[in-house]
Amino acid sequence: MAKYIEMIRIRFLMMLAYRTNYYSGILIYSINIGAYYFLWGAIYGGSESIEGISVTQMTTYVAVAWMARAFYFNNIDREIAQEIKEGKVAIEFIRPYNYLVMKTMQGLGEGLFRLLFFSVPGMIIVALVFPISFSASIETWGYFAIAIIFSFIINTQINILTGVLTFFLFNNDGLIRAKRVIIDLFSGLLLPISFYPGWAQELMNFLPFQAISYIPSMIFTDGFAGSEATQAILFQIIWALLLIIPIQLFWLFAKKRLVVQGG
Amino acid sequence: MRYISIFFQYVAQYMKTRLTYRVDMVIEIMSDLLFQAVNLVFILVVFSHTQFLSGWTRDEIIFIYGFFLVPYAIFGAFFNIWDFNERYIVKGELDRILTRPIHSLFQIILERMELESLFGVITGVAIMFYAGGRLDLTVSWYDPFIFVMMVLGGAAVYAGIFILLACISFWSDSRTSIMPMMYNIGNYGRYPVDIYNNVIRFVLTWILPFAFVGVYPSAYFLGREEWYNYAFLTPFVGIACLSISVVVWNIGVTKYRGAGN
Repeated sequence: MAKYIEMIRIRFLMMLAYRTNYYSGILIYSINIGAYYFLWGAIYGGSESIEGISVTQMTTYVAVAWMARAFYFNNIDREIAQEIKEGKVAIEFIRPYNYLVMKTMQGLGEGLFRLLFFSVPGMIIVALVFPISFSASIETWGYFAIAIIFSFIINTQINILTGVLTFFLFNNDGLIRAKRVIIDLFSGLLLPISFYPGWAQELMNFLPFQAISYIPSMIFTDGFAGSEATQAILFQIIWALLLIIPIQLFWLFAKKRLVVQGG
Repeated sequence: MRYISIFFQYVAQYMKTRLTYRVDMVIEIMSDLLFQAVNLVFILVVFSHTQFLSGWTRDEIIFIYGFFLVPYAIFGAFFNIWDFNERYIVKGELDRILTRPIHSLFQIILERMELESLFGVITGVAIMFYAGGRLDLTVSWYDPFIFVMMVLGGAAVYAGIFILLACISFWSDSRTSIMPMMYNIGNYGRYPVDIYNNVIRFVLTWILPFAFVGVYPSAYFLGREEWYNYAFLTPFVGIACLSISVVVWNIGVTKYRGAGN
């Protein structure tokens, strides 16, 4: 266990060394949030609320969805794909740790760094510029904390799955990009799931994606409260457990058919 | 003439490399399509909850988006200079570029093209026809010519802005994140500028003229006469952006010192 914690620490320190990159990152996210703020303002026009969400809640939703993204987002799919392509993964197999756990821990180190140096200051800056409401209840914050941990887990699992597929596809930049787009749309980052037509919502209930962004953001904006929030977190837990199965299967198959390309 | 022949030789070479990983190329085109679909889905879903966006209807917004895709696809296919700093300045690749017997910017465009982006032209035109059909727009004989001019103007606006940003690297080789930021600001141009406040509208028109990539030229085809003045400025703004950026590039190249040994 200690070695995995060490990996979190090292990744965190590595990110810290390049922290100036992140100041401009905050600006990028603020610009994004700003674009959606005006867009939603125009969409609401005169109406008070759409699907039970008010304008202020919507602005908060957009802001928190983007800032939470900084925490759960990572590039380990790309990293895994790269290491498989270059053949480095062969060395990783003989090292005394589980490669996938190690990658997850590196992702976590990155996420924690961004949470502290990006999301928190970013959220404060955004709150100064745009009208955003923070919940006063400690319960909401507690649920939110649990929910974003699970969004990290589920997003990372999906990333690992995409990355490991490189074993079978050899070059999967396209798939990685497709996955990113799907997650942006179906996770609720761009649009709350409740805005979709009924049939689409039904369909998305059978997919893990809304666990990534929609659930934590709804909890943060008090859109989910009480039993709804616990149910949402249960949904996350179930998916986090379910996704372990294909990852393990792929990993077992993949190890047997490693082809080092070049090198 | 020589430039044209070199261009086609690079295109042929490019096709060969891309066709090595066919499955991946198909997936990449699909993911581009998916990316374009996402924004369309966004518009469709939003308009199931509202009738107008600052006086623009659903189909008009879709039309603007469709138009936007065309210049953006051309830009994406030929101006992949978002990693210019890292790839050419930091790694010193520009040394090699400068020894080539054609203009340095042209050489970089050739090396970095991504022709599969051009599928966006098809998607964009298809979306415009879909929306245009629902809006009962008529096509005159001169409209295709105006369309080509507007598209080239829009692509030149994008190209000009990004080349200018790349030029920063000639003077300062420290890493910046201005490029991704600019992609995000570019997205503002996809929606009617009147949903933003005056400051942003001014910036999008005169400082970072992204509005000339989407909403202004589309206003012409949509018959929105109040915007005609802006619409017809599109090619000129494009030419201006591109010329300024090429001039700055030519000055910048003379300032290049090379990194490392």
